[in-house]
Amino acid sequence: MSAGVGVDLENLWIRFGDFVAVRDANVHIKGGDFFSFLGPSGCGKTTILRAVSGFLEPSEGNVLIGGNNMKGIGPNKRPTALIFQNLALFPLMKVWENITFSMEIAGASAKERRKRADELLDMIALPGQGDKLPSELSGGQRQRVAIARALCAEPDVLLLDEPLSALDLKLRQHMRTELREIQKRVGITFIYITHDQGEALTMSDDIAVMRAGVIDQIADGKTIYNDPATAFAASFVGENNVFRGKVLEVKGDQALIRTNRSGDLLSRISTANQGTMKAGDEAMMFIRPEALSLAPTGTQGDHFVTAKVNHEEFEGNSFNIFMEGDGGKELKVAIPNHGQSFDDHSGQDMTLEYDVNNAVAVPAGELAAE
Amino acid sequence: MPSFLKEFFNRNGTLMGSLMLGLVLFWTVGLIILPQLSMLDFSFRPNLPPPEIGGPKDIYTLENYKYLIYGPEGGSQDYNAVDLKVFFRTLVAAVCVTLFNLILCYPIAYYLGQTKGNHIRVFALMLIIPYWINEILRAFALRIIFGESGVINTLLVGSGIFDTPFDFIRNDIALYAGLGYAYILLMIFPIYNVIESLDHNQIEAARDLGAPWWRIHKRVVIPYAKPGISSGCTMVFMLSAGALAAPQILGGPSSLWFTQLIYQQFNDNSDWPQGAAYAIVLLVTCILLVLALMRVFKVNMGDIGK
Repeated sequence: MSAGVGVDLENLWIRFGDFVAVRDANVHIKGGDFFSFLGPSGCGKTTILRAVSGFLEPSEGNVLIGGNNMKGIGPNKRPTALIFQNLALFPLMKVWENITFSMEIAGASAKERRKRADELLDMIALPGQGDKLPSELSGGQRQRVAIARALCAEPDVLLLDEPLSALDLKLRQHMRTELREIQKRVGITFIYITHDQGEALTMSDDIAVMRAGVIDQIADGKTIYNDPATAFAASFVGENNVFRGKVLEVKGDQALIRTNRSGDLLSRISTANQGTMKAGDEAMMFIRPEALSLAPTGTQGDHFVTAKVNHEEFEGNSFNIFMEGDGGKELKVAIPNHGQSFDDHSGQDMTLEYDVNNAVAVPAGELAAE
Repeated sequence: MPSFLKEFFNRNGTLMGSLMLGLVLFWTVGLIILPQLSMLDFSFRPNLPPPEIGGPKDIYTLENYKYLIYGPEGGSQDYNAVDLKVFFRTLVAAVCVTLFNLILCYPIAYYLGQTKGNHIRVFALMLIIPYWINEILRAFALRIIFGESGVINTLLVGSGIFDTPFDFIRNDIALYAGLGYAYILLMIFPIYNVIESLDHNQIEAARDLGAPWWRIHKRVVIPYAKPGISSGCTMVFMLSAGALAAPQILGGPSSLWFTQLIYQQFNDNSDWPQGAAYAIVLLVTCILLVLALMRVFKVNMGDIGK
């Protein structure tokens, strides 16, 4: 297959009555990419997927697949195939009939279909299971049958609506790898919907972080993790410690922030906000638990934080220290375990140090719900 | 005691369990099986005046059944053409009414089952409320609507489509419409019940994989709804074949329904054994027909109860 077919969303608005489900989305998805929409439930990500698959007409704006405007083209005529959250396999059809349903519609002979089903069953590592009913398969096997059924239609774009959410943790992690491998093998564009940042980060080329109908940031996983554009992206993807405050001074790509409870701290300004953040702005600064380290107690400076320890826990690969933090949230520090001895500091004050490049400042905004 | 009975009593207690079991047995055995057996017994006996019942002439005979096929002994014809014709016409008409009902009700049931919103309740209510009116009144209402100066003829003649009123009654159209309408709910609700439980994603999945609407129905919805369809068809067929009021009121003067013949035997001729034999023939034929069709369409008995 060629480089794959890209998908573009242009000024996409989707309204249900007064409710705005998607607000002015502009996304360019490159052909052959594994692209994820990541966000909490109800953020509009499934709505976008339904607009791409054709089950929903946008209120405004366009969906382009391979540069062609899809306006007025129904889901059965679009070069997309959708994998449903509950898979929606046909319970009364055998596995091989399920997989080749699209060929049956196109009028292929039973022999042809059987042959193609066997090929696809080999690909999804379920050889010889074609004559079973979906109900006779395990959750992971059904999952793979759903993928085979969608791929059998030879779509240009495969749409996946949280297909792993019904599986248990271990299988879910296994299927991540498998999905990514299948995507590389068939080389078509995958658009993946998830609320699980682990899934998005491990599988995607690019991720769009969504919040309440708005796309906050589109970037590769590393950028989103290290250089979030908004407070929501910073707090939704991975664990993060927030420091609220006001910008005192901007020096190049760094900002000195007067925090509510930890004094004046220096932080890098996230790339998306460099040039726009200025003194006097309400800001939020984020530091990951693993970016904080212990410093001699009482050290002062613009990259030191002192706080009281609430409690500690040992997680195997790290010691976690939970300290009194900003806005009722605990400040979490993860100290890597090298076999060093570790004393209980509960109730004491401790000082933490961080590298200014590992702190990121964004304009104050809504945080992700815990 | 078999284990399912033991479990039944454990769950409901001895008193309630016995009461429920007793009522069910009374219902099935006392009110259905025993009367039917007595009808079966009647059908094999000659029609005798009361003093001779239990006398030497009261013996089992096939006369009543022979009568349906060959007519009165020494009659002018080889076969009882009149009654047989009515019998087969009734069966064919009942099949037609069932098919007509299915075609009419499947889309309604599908719409009710797969559409969300409060207006669905209103629709269902609008279907149910007419059934608060009794069957006889409904039949007479249809007679008026289809009558020579009824609404339909007034419209047809008034708009110039027909020059003279069309006789819906004599042409049995009123009868078929009446029978169809009488059992519409028995067709809609079993199908609606099944289709309501069909995951809408399956319909979308089929559409997404390129299926036009009719193939979605053929491959996904109808196979899934089969238990409801067979349940609805069985009920409508059985009830229309056995209907009496609608044919009596809506039937044309020259066309009889087989149930009317049975009624005549019991009532006008006071020939209970003959009436019983006719009724048994109708019952057995209907059951055999239903079983045969179930086999053709690969429906299990258990599906009917779904």
